[in-house]
Amino acid sequence: MNFTRRKVIAGAGAAAVAAALPGRSAFAQAGPVKIGMSMPQTGSLGAGGKAELVAIRMWVDDVNKKGGLLGRKVEFIVYDDQTNPALTPGIYTKLLDVDKVDLLFAPYGTVPTAPIMPLVKQRGLLLMGNFSFQVNHTVKHDMWFNNLPAGDAQSWFEGFFEQGQKAGAKTIAFLAADQEFAQNLANGAKELAKKAGAKTVYDQNYPPTTTDFSSLMRAIRAAQPEMVFVCSYPNDSVAIVRAMNEIGVGSSVKLFGGGMVGLQFTPVMESLGSMLNGIVNYNSYVPGVKYAGIDEFFRRYQQKAAEEKVDPLGFYLPPFGYAMGQMLEQAVNGTKSLDQKKLAQYLHSHTMQTIVGPISYNKDGEWAKSRMLMIQFRGIADKNLEQWRQPGKQVVLYPAQYKTGDVIMPFDKARGK
Amino acid sequence: MGIPLDLLLEAVLFGILLGGFYAAVSMGLSVSFGLLDVPNVAHPAIMVSGSYCTYFVVGRFGLDPIVAGVALTPLFFLLGMAVYRFYYEVFEKRGGRETGVRGIAFFFGLALIIEVGLILAFGVDQRMVEAPYIGKSLVLVNDIRIPMRTLVAFGAAIVLTVALTLYMSKTFTGRAIKAVAQDEPALRLMGANPVRIKQWAFGIATATSVLAGAMLIIVGPVEPGMDRDYIGRTFAVVVLAGLGSMTGTVAAGLILGISESIVLIHPSLGASWAPAVSFILLLVILGVRPQGLFGR
Repeated sequence: MNFTRRKVIAGAGAAAVAAALPGRSAFAQAGPVKIGMSMPQTGSLGAGGKAELVAIRMWVDDVNKKGGLLGRKVEFIVYDDQTNPALTPGIYTKLLDVDKVDLLFAPYGTVPTAPIMPLVKQRGLLLMGNFSFQVNHTVKHDMWFNNLPAGDAQSWFEGFFEQGQKAGAKTIAFLAADQEFAQNLANGAKELAKKAGAKTVYDQNYPPTTTDFSSLMRAIRAAQPEMVFVCSYPNDSVAIVRAMNEIGVGSSVKLFGGGMVGLQFTPVMESLGSMLNGIVNYNSYVPGVKYAGIDEFFRRYQQKAAEEKVDPLGFYLPPFGYAMGQMLEQAVNGTKSLDQKKLAQYLHSHTMQTIVGPISYNKDGEWAKSRMLMIQFRGIADKNLEQWRQPGKQVVLYPAQYKTGDVIMPFDKARGK
Repeated sequence: MGIPLDLLLEAVLFGILLGGFYAAVSMGLSVSFGLLDVPNVAHPAIMVSGSYCTYFVVGRFGLDPIVAGVALTPLFFLLGMAVYRFYYEVFEKRGGRETGVRGIAFFFGLALIIEVGLILAFGVDQRMVEAPYIGKSLVLVNDIRIPMRTLVAFGAAIVLTVALTLYMSKTFTGRAIKAVAQDEPALRLMGANPVRIKQWAFGIATATSVLAGAMLIIVGPVEPGMDRDYIGRTFAVVVLAGLGSMTGTVAAGLILGISESIVLIHPSLGASWAPAVSFILLLVILGVRPQGLFGR
């Protein structure tokens, strides 16, 4: 190696400056607390995953500014799982055995998370779930804490069927992606439909690679349902909304929507614009719902999101990613330990204060009280990003404590036709 | 259980439009793989990059997506020529039995680079374009509604096919491209340079990819990894057509589109069978006619 005098002086200078940095002395010498996860940064969940990463990194920065966890700096390690469930077991094994992480976050979404559940149960590890749906249903891991504002499919969609019952709707059509998450949701919704006494007049699963939904939409129209319940992933959701606008679902329909993933993402909402009017769909957060600290979070997030070219508003996932870190922080500070069992006990027995409100868990590791919103898109104009910041464009129909308006039915009327 | 006649007819109509779109996205591959024998598995990735370029041009200059696609063809033509020259110098020129396998590895690598490049440049969010005909439909008799976006894509696909077919049969270079596919040494004896002809043809194939990309972003939203959904479909169309046949590509696209559209609404089969039925059809047709529908 060629050591010049300039290089030696530069190196020594850099070392001296680094040693003198004020933050450095704040951390103890035991090495960092490593938190690891895989995150879909490409593939169908990549857009949501990258936006949420911005928020998780914000929490890491914030906790480090406060002196880290147990006086140790927090180091965050993340790998891209490409929304590919085949990759996540390998990534988590690497995180545990090679990177030697202390704590784990689950990847965003059901599909990438499901395959790592046996691994974390076998090793007795705490896992903070991240918008997963029913992945612990059969595994029954008692150290699983899912950060999703709904426990099961029924609590997720109660709001949709409540509106349907109000309108006296008696028939329903189901359209669901042929994939685990959508199927689980659809099965829960079918249970609710059964309870509500709604007759299924159309029930179709479609392959996730479907390009055009025109013929499917035409078949739904022919079935003349009063409710159309859709469980779809982002690409399909856009194609379905377009097909619904082009082909129409018929005047019999009172309610359309339910479980369409993607209609919460700003770029999708912005592009679809007025085509969304009238759709009743789930959401995790919409402007107008007040939680302590959330406005400040969005102010900071939106600055960073613009730099990193991710969801510019970030209402759906990012605050929940930040809250996931907040819960872990409170458990570590509360137990003064990184012991996985102690942390799990703490999370089971305490209510955590987060930017998405207070969160407590039931014995299955799901939110004790569901807070999934059912909203209706109203008065949406085309090509207008700013409108999404205003309350009233996504009217909250359910649950009652966050309600901002009544549903407009039938669907044609809600669409202004 | 059968399908009501009106529903079936509409499904066929939707299938024809979808099939035209499938033919358009396969046209470039029909030239590069079908005629030139270049295993261009990066074709769908190039097409998706064409969608993103269209998205950029539409957003920047407010052009119609199809016009933006046409405006981008010279750029993609030159890029295609450069890619082929690189492929020729590194793989084809050296020859050997492994050329094909190495070529596939090269084009897979190219597809991956394009995908990562798109993520870096545009992020992973879905991108869509707006145009007056997107989200609108043409209402025919008996309240039959045809989505305008698939109609526009179908129309563009037909124009592209006719233009390519005429170019291949009526121009000197077009006939030379067909000749290089049939007998390269003979073309060399005639004094033409097969490498330059192939380079030109690969440029045309890549230029058609950007047009296909413009249609893709009209039909639905795009994301950087979307090319993977189209590798199987485009190769199926080209093989089913009979390598290098433009008319065959349209016919094969229509067969896939119509079968997919009917299976989607078939009450007994179920929509989940749609991709499988397309490929079963491919296997059956190849079993009866190994050279494809229009292959010689």
